[in-house]
Amino acid sequence: MVQNKHTENTRNTMYRNIFLVLIAVVAILILVNVFHKEDNYNLKLEELKREYAIKKIPSVEHFKLPALNKVFKTPQDVTEACLTCHTETHKEIMASSHWNWERVAYVEGRGISSAGKKNVMNNFCLGTSSNEQTCAKCHIGFGMSNNHFDFENARNVDCMVCHDNSEEYLKGASMAGYPDRNVNLEEVAQSVGSPKKSNCGSCHFFSGGGNNVKHGDLESAQLSCSREVDVHMGANGINMECVACHTAENHQIKGKLYSVSPDNNNRATCEQCHTTTPHLSDVINRHSSKVSCQACHIPEYAKVNSTKMAWKWSDAGKLKDGKPYEEDDSLGNHSYMSIKGSFKWARNVKPDYVWFNGTAELYLLGDTIKQIPVQMNKLNGSYKDKASKIIPVKIHVGDQIYDKVYNRLIQPKLYSENQGDSAFWMDFNWEEASKAGMARSGLPFSGKYGFVETEMYWPVNHMVSPKEQAVGCAECHTRVNGRLEKLTGFYLPGRDRHMALDTIGFWAFILTLLGVISHGIIRIIITIRKDRYEKQIISYDEDKPLE
Amino acid sequence: MQKVYIYKGFERFWHWSQASLIMFLALTGFEVHGSYHIFGFEKAAEFHRTASWLLIGLIIFAIFWHVTTGEWRQYVPTTKQLKAQIMYYLFGMFKGEPHPTEKTHLSKLNPLQRITYFGFKVVLVPITIISGILYMLYKTIDQNDIIVIEDYPLASIAFWHMLGAILLMIFLVVHVYMTTTGTTPTSNIKAMMTGYEEVEEEEHHSSTENDNNQKDIV
Repeated sequence: MVQNKHTENTRNTMYRNIFLVLIAVVAILILVNVFHKEDNYNLKLEELKREYAIKKIPSVEHFKLPALNKVFKTPQDVTEACLTCHTETHKEIMASSHWNWERVAYVEGRGISSAGKKNVMNNFCLGTSSNEQTCAKCHIGFGMSNNHFDFENARNVDCMVCHDNSEEYLKGASMAGYPDRNVNLEEVAQSVGSPKKSNCGSCHFFSGGGNNVKHGDLESAQLSCSREVDVHMGANGINMECVACHTAENHQIKGKLYSVSPDNNNRATCEQCHTTTPHLSDVINRHSSKVSCQACHIPEYAKVNSTKMAWKWSDAGKLKDGKPYEEDDSLGNHSYMSIKGSFKWARNVKPDYVWFNGTAELYLLGDTIKQIPVQMNKLNGSYKDKASKIIPVKIHVGDQIYDKVYNRLIQPKLYSENQGDSAFWMDFNWEEASKAGMARSGLPFSGKYGFVETEMYWPVNHMVSPKEQAVGCAECHTRVNGRLEKLTGFYLPGRDRHMALDTIGFWAFILTLLGVISHGIIRIIITIRKDRYEKQIISYDEDKPLE
Repeated sequence: MQKVYIYKGFERFWHWSQASLIMFLALTGFEVHGSYHIFGFEKAAEFHRTASWLLIGLIIFAIFWHVTTGEWRQYVPTTKQLKAQIMYYLFGMFKGEPHPTEKTHLSKLNPLQRITYFGFKVVLVPITIISGILYMLYKTIDQNDIIVIEDYPLASIAFWHMLGAILLMIFLVVHVYMTTTGTTPTSNIKAMMTGYEEVEEEEHHSSTENDNNQKDIV
């Protein structure tokens, strides 16, 4: 009876408890529903899309202007016509680095110094000094054929290269910045407007002597590509122009390149539109304190055409039957050119990743070589540095000529129209080319030269992929073969571990497991023995003859 | 055999939800650590975060319960009969000797359990939870005016969290095994589910220190 009563009590208690728990759960659910406030949907991206979907209508149609409805004999005549209305604009241009090919800045370790195409060196076509005639194809002026160019002459400003909207304008090859002779100047002059991709791209896509040679993330395919290639410029996407991000005030354009500009001001950034908290997930937003937007959102570059990854000048100068020759790789890219050496190309490249705080150290013409490979533009930064973030880069490696005695890179004279003018591309004589190039640069040449390895860093900022294709968590948070495998000196969850702790912990766990298993086995054995013993007793009893 | 009411309702709820949360946290945590792949890193990290908040909430309730009911006294370590308890598990048990201590609702833990659970509650869980919170809130600052925990290296935080995790796993193995050492192999687990435990009759024990009147005899 006691037993039954107790069971009944227990059952009643149980029902009561279940009822109370149900009430509590319902109450909590109601409270959660009442007090829960839905996060505002992150509208930032939608707002940006709306803003950039509206394309500006020009306030002036230049073909209607009488000043442009005439015959232009020279490109300088066009500039003069522009200046009749834009009377002071040449002053803005002449204060820009597109014109001056240098920019004055305070650089740690150098003091106030000027750097730019005039005096930096690279590991592609090496440098402009003594090669202006051909390099000036990408100078926004006319007639820069040597180092005596008049930077004060407003007539030489090339307005058309940036403002031509007819896609007719073309600078001539090795014509010191003058347009090709076939360009219809009247048509170009009457078409002018805000710069388009094709304007910027005429230089920035073809830097290094061919499409996508230097950058890897800027190339002619972006004139008409899909969103998958470049989510910003995609023709089936928001189809933005370069100047949408690289905005300009008084012709001072936001954004510049770390191969020529070492400082960290007036940069074009993702954050200027997308803010520092563009994600719905707080964890991902927090990553931005150490990881750049580009690191995740540009999973690969050179998505359409190949980019140059390596360039060995030491192979240059081989001749077949006394004549220079070229060889192509399977994708149709030059793998060898007598005038330039051997190349390696790659397509759909996963970037390398480095810490970067926004400042760089440039190798300037005349600098002493401090380390090998020579760092053409060392990107500063480290995990410890609060301003540093992980950025994706293209690292272009190569070798190039240097002076063994003075221990500095040589600026050779490469280009000339004629043979016998010391130009390497004509005569294939490094000694003569070095002598002429260094003399023009005002530097001594010892006569002893060799080839030294170099590295150049190209931050990858373009060819942003649609968000669905962003780099996933596990591509970095993984034990092996992660994207950040080479970046050490910090703890990355999922990749790093304390080896001693893990090993000791693992074995301690295994030993514990073995310990309890053996303890259990002993118990089972003893129980079985005891059981048998007891059974024997029982059977002994049963075997007793009945009385 | 007699039935003794040992584990109260909240205690059972707390025990089983804490057990499942800890096992789920282990499952997801070791994936975040890179030991294996089940959910994928992103999901594992997300689940781990959510479960960790639930566990923190549960532990706050548990602390409140222990303080208000005075049950915390059960966990004050004692050396009395500690040796006897150890000797029992090492030898006595194999010889069929009885448990040296008796379970009642006033003293539900034997001296070995007391010292183990005391360590569990005062050292192991705090190490794991504090390092876990630091891990979760670990942010390094740039210009984004974000709160910062960065002067203490993440590698050390991860070390303590991992140490806690490993010890918890060892605890889990021993703990689960020890549940089979009751009167019958399943009596302890049954007790943790129903609250009632079948214990041996008192005449087996000579060392009972508790008032037997308190027993809820069936």
